[in-house]
Amino acid sequence: MTTENWQDGGFGLYIHWPFCQAKCPYCDFNSHVVAEVDQKRWERAYLSEIDRIGAETGNRVLHSVFFGGGTPSLMEPALVGAILDRVRATWPASNDMEITLEANPTSVESGRFAGYRDAGVNRVSMGIQALNDSDLRRLGRLHSVAEARAAFDIARKTFDRVSFDLIYARQKQSLADWRDELTAALAMAADHLSLYQLTIEPGTAFGARFARGGLKGLPQEDLAGDLYQMTQELCEKAGMPGYEISNHARPGAESRHNMIYWRHGDYAGIGPGAHGRLTLGGDRFATDTPLQPGVWLNAVEQRGNGENPRTPLSPMDQGAEYLLMGLRLRDGISLKRHESLSGTPLDPNKIKYLSDIGMIRHVGDTLCATSEGRVVLNAILRELLPE
Amino acid sequence: MTELAYIRNFSIVAHIDHGKSTLADRLIQLTGTVAERDMKEQLLDAMDIERERGITIKANTVRIEYPAKDGHTYVLNLIDTPGHVDFAYEVSRSMRAVEGSLLVVDATQGVEAQTLANVYQAIEANHEIIPVLNKIDLPAADVDRVAEQIEDVIGIDATDAVQISAKTGIGIPDVLEAIVTRLPPPHEGDRNAPLKAMLVDSKYDPYLGVVVIVRIIDGVLKKGQRIRMMKTGGTYDVDKVGVYRPAMVAVDALGPGEIGFLTASIKQVRDTRVGDTITTEKNGCATALPGFKPSIPVVFCGLFPVDSAEFEDLRDAIEKLALNDASFSYEMETSAALGFGFRCGFLGLLHLEVIRDRLEREYGIDLITTAPSVVYNIFMKDGEVRELHNPADMPDMTLVDHIKEPRIKATIMVPDEFLGDVLKLCQDRRGIQLDMTYAGSRAMVVYDLPLNEVVFDFYDRLKSVTKGYASFDYQMIGYREDNLVKMQILVNDEPVDALSTMVHRDRAEGRGRAMVEKLKELIPRHMFKIPIQAAVGGRVVARETLSAMRKDVTAKCYGGDATRKKKLLEKQKAGKKKMRQFGKVEIPQQAFINALKMDD
Repeated sequence: MTTENWQDGGFGLYIHWPFCQAKCPYCDFNSHVVAEVDQKRWERAYLSEIDRIGAETGNRVLHSVFFGGGTPSLMEPALVGAILDRVRATWPASNDMEITLEANPTSVESGRFAGYRDAGVNRVSMGIQALNDSDLRRLGRLHSVAEARAAFDIARKTFDRVSFDLIYARQKQSLADWRDELTAALAMAADHLSLYQLTIEPGTAFGARFARGGLKGLPQEDLAGDLYQMTQELCEKAGMPGYEISNHARPGAESRHNMIYWRHGDYAGIGPGAHGRLTLGGDRFATDTPLQPGVWLNAVEQRGNGENPRTPLSPMDQGAEYLLMGLRLRDGISLKRHESLSGTPLDPNKIKYLSDIGMIRHVGDTLCATSEGRVVLNAILRELLPE
Repeated sequence: MTELAYIRNFSIVAHIDHGKSTLADRLIQLTGTVAERDMKEQLLDAMDIERERGITIKANTVRIEYPAKDGHTYVLNLIDTPGHVDFAYEVSRSMRAVEGSLLVVDATQGVEAQTLANVYQAIEANHEIIPVLNKIDLPAADVDRVAEQIEDVIGIDATDAVQISAKTGIGIPDVLEAIVTRLPPPHEGDRNAPLKAMLVDSKYDPYLGVVVIVRIIDGVLKKGQRIRMMKTGGTYDVDKVGVYRPAMVAVDALGPGEIGFLTASIKQVRDTRVGDTITTEKNGCATALPGFKPSIPVVFCGLFPVDSAEFEDLRDAIEKLALNDASFSYEMETSAALGFGFRCGFLGLLHLEVIRDRLEREYGIDLITTAPSVVYNIFMKDGEVRELHNPADMPDMTLVDHIKEPRIKATIMVPDEFLGDVLKLCQDRRGIQLDMTYAGSRAMVVYDLPLNEVVFDFYDRLKSVTKGYASFDYQMIGYREDNLVKMQILVNDEPVDALSTMVHRDRAEGRGRAMVEKLKELIPRHMFKIPIQAAVGGRVVARETLSAMRKDVTAKCYGGDATRKKKLLEKQKAGKKKMRQFGKVEIPQQAFINALKMDD
């Protein structure tokens, strides 16, 4: 078998758990709040989907599993265990397979951490979001800073690898405020941090408030730029350099699962609203599933297939995706690989122009955004993407 | 053909929104000219743009039959004239075609500047004028005050003003009776004399070719006649003669005093000049009607396709429009910045907007409109005199002896609480005060202003400083020398010719500062910083620096986001096409017009 392009990125499995206790006002992920979930019924559906995808890809080595949501820490450890048992029975696992679960930092959820570890989870990613109680309330979070710290301590004792998320560039947040908060976060940090600037997404509660003229005091572009730059510097000094636009890790502790996305690997997506990219028979397909939990469940139970019809990706689409995902990484992309995906090389004039103004660096086969370039990556991409 | 004694020809003079079109609709309705079910708002305004903006661009006519109280049935011909200053010449011709006017004044608003300009045209045409006070049903109506104002400002007797509400129909029968009893019949015309008819206006009809509105002075117009246009010299066979009711109805002939239309297989509206005299080819009349003048564009601007691939489409569209509008001129223009386009001449700003709207709407072409400019007379040292339509073509100043610019007489009516703001605006625009009088609490100020200070955003500014309460009209009064210079704009050190303007030397710094500040807001940030400069003759008079983009990146982008983010970027990339590239800088199309808008 010839080496397929996806193998440069690896192969992972994404499991989407679509339920939350409450919807956060900034979140545009596929999440739903319901009174009760029949976890047994969901288990059957997930296992059925693993079997179906496994039949197409079962000979591949699996590098990672990621439970995302929603709030996957609302899953019973038994459900996570059943899924991981089936995963191991379906695909040969790489030696160091990463199994991540997203968790909210509440006491109820941290009570389940040992169960998740016993089921096979070896990394958690915690949605701490802020180290400031009033901002946590503003962000609609159900936990306090003290509760988050307690949950985080349990996580560190339970798992080798722990990451957490913070949201910054919040309303009325000054450079000094963020410096203090980030310094505290770096003192807590284990090996990985995701630091996201608050983004107002359409279709969210914040989106609606913002459209009505609410949410005053969000940083303007210049302050947002300063906040980003300061974040890079502080993390770098603390030994957790940014390896992606919003992700920081001690060397070697990068999220292997997310690297599959950014390196244009293959990933199967299971669960309502889960996306996937699968290279099958020489073609690469984008997969997705119905967003509504009930619709997805019925499709799996009645048709034995939770996916919407697959969309083949043209060489141009593949090149564009590689570019827009890959340039998020500090290490950038391979121009040869881009050309083999898209069938056309990037415009050398554009590369020269962007290099001349210091936005990208082109060394040998590698093209990457400079630190000045990464913060305006969308502008770089608008130049580089084909007409 | 109707006897002269039973014909009344009239026009309606009114400020915009004072109810001219509604009154016309009511007259048509009440006389049963149009069946109830065919009634729609503004029957006479045919173009979409006319209906939408509530303005009249083309003259329209309608023939109404009215059984008067004296037992006779009268033929009333209404000519609905364009009301805007851009079309002052067309208005004057329409006025010459009728003997009387209804002066419609909104009883809640009073006399406005546009009313004045048009009523003076009516007075000049020796019209009998019937004042009509409209909107008397509204609580804010002040009939006595407005009647007094008509007497004070216009100087006509308003004691017998007809009081109406065109909206509810109050007083409409009184208007009809007043037309019959107070307006004179057409002046003597000789049915047996050679044909002499005035070309009032014309428009293109896709089925009939050009339709010409005519007023018969002498003789008889009949189907089959071979006619001659005395100024343009064209000869045509008359296919059809008729009247508007307001639908076209054929008649056998039109005699003296009558107003109607003819068609004669005329292909281009350009061949039919407003004010021309129509006669028969053989045994025609000896002298043409007085007062004909060809229309001369006074405002010029460049029109460029946003997508340069649409240049040929734009050429086709402009040629088609020009066939139907003799007052619109065009020639090809090449701009280093904007590529191929056309330098177009217009009667005024409204005319410019109408043409631009039609190009965009009827022909689907996205346009970049450059700053409007007036026509300067450049007196060269070698004695040559050049007409400058485009600041980009300004010759080397060392070869220029002096420059003259067009001036206007502007009449502004404004409630006295805003008078100070209006005077300041006029002074700031290099105005010279000619007159100031009061009528009640309204002031009328008359200024001599350079057209180039008015041509762009004067009216917007006037509306804004007076909260919309001022009215404004103007007429051209000739050319005068002044200290004018060409100001260039440099973006990232490259001159952008489409942003060049002519300014008064003393105002160059102020204008330049305002423009570079405006451009700093209008040009989006780039990945590098961009100097924006205004320069006169190589000397920088104002400078701003647009900072480099600080942040434009998506915070979260994982497996589920790839498709959406790619679409978003593609959309943004497509948005870039709405910009023009100058060296490394992209300038959005709106910047070319908005950069000139002054916030004084």
